[in-house]
Amino acid sequence: MATPRSLARSLQSFQISSFQSIAQLSRPALSSRGKIRSNSPLLCRPRIGASLLRQFSTSPLRQHGHIHPPKPGEELYVTFIDKEGKEHKVAVSKGDNLLDIAQAHDLEMEGACGGSCACSTCHIIVTDEGYYEKMPEPEDDENDMLDLAFGLTETSRLGCQVIMTKELDGLKVKLPSMTRNLQASDFGSKS
Amino acid sequence: MASIAKSWLCASCRRKTSVSLAAKSRYSYSTASRHDRPLRMAVVGSGPAGFYTAYRVMSKVPKTKVDMFEALPVPYGLVRFGVAPDHPEVKNCQEKFQEVASSPDFTFIGNVSIGNTGGHFAGCTIPLASVLHHYDAIVFAYGASKDKKLGIPGESGLQGIYSAREFVGWYNGLPEYAGLAPDLTKGDEAVIIGQGNVALDVARMLLENVDVLRKSDITEAAIEALLKSRIKRVHIVGRRGPMQAAFTIKEVRELMKLNRVGFHDIDMSLMPDEISKLPRARRRLMEIMMKGSTANVDEALKSWSLDFCLSPTEFLGRPDRSLESTVFERTLLSSPFDPSSSVASTTEKLTIPSSVAFRSIGYKSVALPGFDEAGISFNDRKGIIDNDGMGRVLQINKDESSGSHLPGVYCAGWVKRGPTGVIASTMEDAFSTGDAIASDWNSAAPFIKGESSSGWEALRAGVEHGKCKVITWEDWQKIDKAEKERGLLAGKEREKFTSTKEMLAAAS
Repeated sequence: MATPRSLARSLQSFQISSFQSIAQLSRPALSSRGKIRSNSPLLCRPRIGASLLRQFSTSPLRQHGHIHPPKPGEELYVTFIDKEGKEHKVAVSKGDNLLDIAQAHDLEMEGACGGSCACSTCHIIVTDEGYYEKMPEPEDDENDMLDLAFGLTETSRLGCQVIMTKELDGLKVKLPSMTRNLQASDFGSKS
Repeated sequence: MASIAKSWLCASCRRKTSVSLAAKSRYSYSTASRHDRPLRMAVVGSGPAGFYTAYRVMSKVPKTKVDMFEALPVPYGLVRFGVAPDHPEVKNCQEKFQEVASSPDFTFIGNVSIGNTGGHFAGCTIPLASVLHHYDAIVFAYGASKDKKLGIPGESGLQGIYSAREFVGWYNGLPEYAGLAPDLTKGDEAVIIGQGNVALDVARMLLENVDVLRKSDITEAAIEALLKSRIKRVHIVGRRGPMQAAFTIKEVRELMKLNRVGFHDIDMSLMPDEISKLPRARRRLMEIMMKGSTANVDEALKSWSLDFCLSPTEFLGRPDRSLESTVFERTLLSSPFDPSSSVASTTEKLTIPSSVAFRSIGYKSVALPGFDEAGISFNDRKGIIDNDGMGRVLQINKDESSGSHLPGVYCAGWVKRGPTGVIASTMEDAFSTGDAIASDWNSAAPFIKGESSSGWEALRAGVEHGKCKVITWEDWQKIDKAEKERGLLAGKEREKFTSTKEMLAAAS
C-alpha cells in the first residue's frame, strides 16, 4: 500500500496542473477584486492555510489561485524587500495586484480586509520614485487608509491597489514592519 | 503520524506536510527540553486581538496548542458586534480567523466565560485559577465590556439617553442589548456626545437611507426602529476642536457622501490658516471638513454637524421623564491648532434640543474576578491590564518599587492598550504580544508553573456537567449556517440570532 508520502508524490504533478487550470477559470472574477467596494462573498477567496505556514519556508513558490502564472516570455518582475531586508524577486503576470502576489509567494503581508481597500495592513513603500510616478494616482479611499498606515512615506501605497502593468516591470517595494522590532534587551528585564 | 491529511491546508500546501513543520522552523530549539512538548496557550476572548495573537504565536512557535475561550456562543467579538453593518469589507478579517480556527491545534470553547459569574452571560463559567493550573500561558484579549459615563445630572434618570455601546450592540445583535428598543420617534433632533469613529457610526445609522442598511447584516429589529425614526438633525458634539478630533477620514467621507444628507459648515475659527502646511493625514481631514457634503444642506432630507468646544453639563427632561434637551458649556482650547491642546471650561451655556442622546465617550475594560488572587495588576483608572507594552502582564506590586512580569501571563488588544484604533492597530498590537510570547518561549523565560499543561482536556469534565453547553467550532459553524439561511430569506447576507438561547438551539 502506498504511504501518504509516496501517494502525495505521485499526485503532485496532477495537483499542480489541475490547480492552475482552476486559477485560470476564476481569473476574470479575481482580477477585479481590488476594485470591489462592498462585500462580495463570491469574489473573496479565503487564503486557506498559506499564511499559517508563511513563517516556515520562504523559498518554494506556492500558487494559491489568487494570481495568474505568467506566460513564458510575458513575465513581469517585482522585487519585495522583506522586514529583514532580504530581497525576493518574483515573476508575475500583468493584472495581478501586489497583495495577492506577496501572499501567493508567502511573504509577510496581511491584507486584513481581503484586499478591499478598507484597512492599511498591506502598506508597501515603493523604493524608486520613478516607479511611484508611473502608477495611477491613489484614489481617495486608498489615501484615507494610507493616512492611518504606520510609517507612512511619500511613496507609500496599498499593495491591494497596485496592479502590475508593463510599465511597472522591475518594480521594487519594501514591506514595512507591522510590529516594533524586538531586541534582546527587551527580555533582559523579565524576571 | 505527522503526515496525516490536514484539511486546513490547501492542496499545494498539503503536498509539503510530510516534512514536519517544526523541522523547517528557524524558531525551534531542539536542545531545550521544554520545546519537546507543545506550548499550551489559553486565549480569553475571540475578537481580533485574540485571533491575531493566536495566529502569530502558532506561526512562530510550532506545535503550539491554543484553546480560545469565548463567553458568548459565537466568535469574533467586535468584528461581529462592533464593526458597522454597512462596513462588511472590514469583516473580511474573519477569513483569517476561520483559517486559524481550522487548524487541528486550535480549539474554540464558546459559551464559556472565565471567572465571570452571572451578568448577561448565561453559559458556563470556569474560575480563572482553574484555567491557570492547566496552561503554560494565558492571553487576556477580552476587550472593553463597559462604557464610560458622563456623570452629569439627568444621565441615568431620563428616557432617551443611550450609550453608543448599547446602541451599536443593539443594531449588531449583541444579546446583552437585544431588548434595548431605542425610541427614535420623540422628535427630530439627536445629540451624540463624543467625536470618535463610534460616534460617526451612530450618526451614519441615524442618517443613512434604511434601504441601504437593509441589505447589510443589521438586525431586523433595528431596521424596524430606524424605519420609524423621525430623526432629521444630528449633532456630533465634542469638547475639543477639529484639530483634536479622534475620528478618521474614511468615516467622515462616508457621511459627507450620503445621499440627500447635508453637512452644516464647521466653525472656521478653529481651523488653522495654512492647512496646506499640516502633516498629510491632518491636512486631508481638515480639507474634507471644509469641503462639506455632496448634498446641499438646504435641500437635504436630513443634516448633521460637528459641534466643537462644547462639554455636556446636564440633560433636561419633560414631565414624562423623556429627554428634551442637552445643556452644554462652551470650552476654550489653550491652543486650538495643536492636536494635543488642553481644554478649559467657560461659564457660557448652550442648550441643544435633543429627543434622543447618545454618549460615545469611550469604552472601558474591567478586571476579571480572580485577578487579585492571581496577582494580576489591573489599572482601574486607565481601564487596562498593567503590562510592559509588549503584552507581558505586570504583577500586583504593593510597594510599587519594581513591577515585574507574571510568568506566562499576557494581554492583547483593547484590554492591553485601551479602547482605541482600527483593526489594523489591534493586529499590530496582537502581533507584538505574539512576538513576546514566542520569544519568551524560545528563551529561558519562565512560564506558568501549574499542575499540568493539558489544557482543555483537563478542564472539560468539570465544565460540561449539568445544563451548561460548550460550543465547539463545529457548533458555531451550524449557527453560522443557520444565520446565513435566515439572511437568504430576508435578502441579506445574514440574519443574526440575538439571544444566546436561539444560538444554542441552532447549534444543537
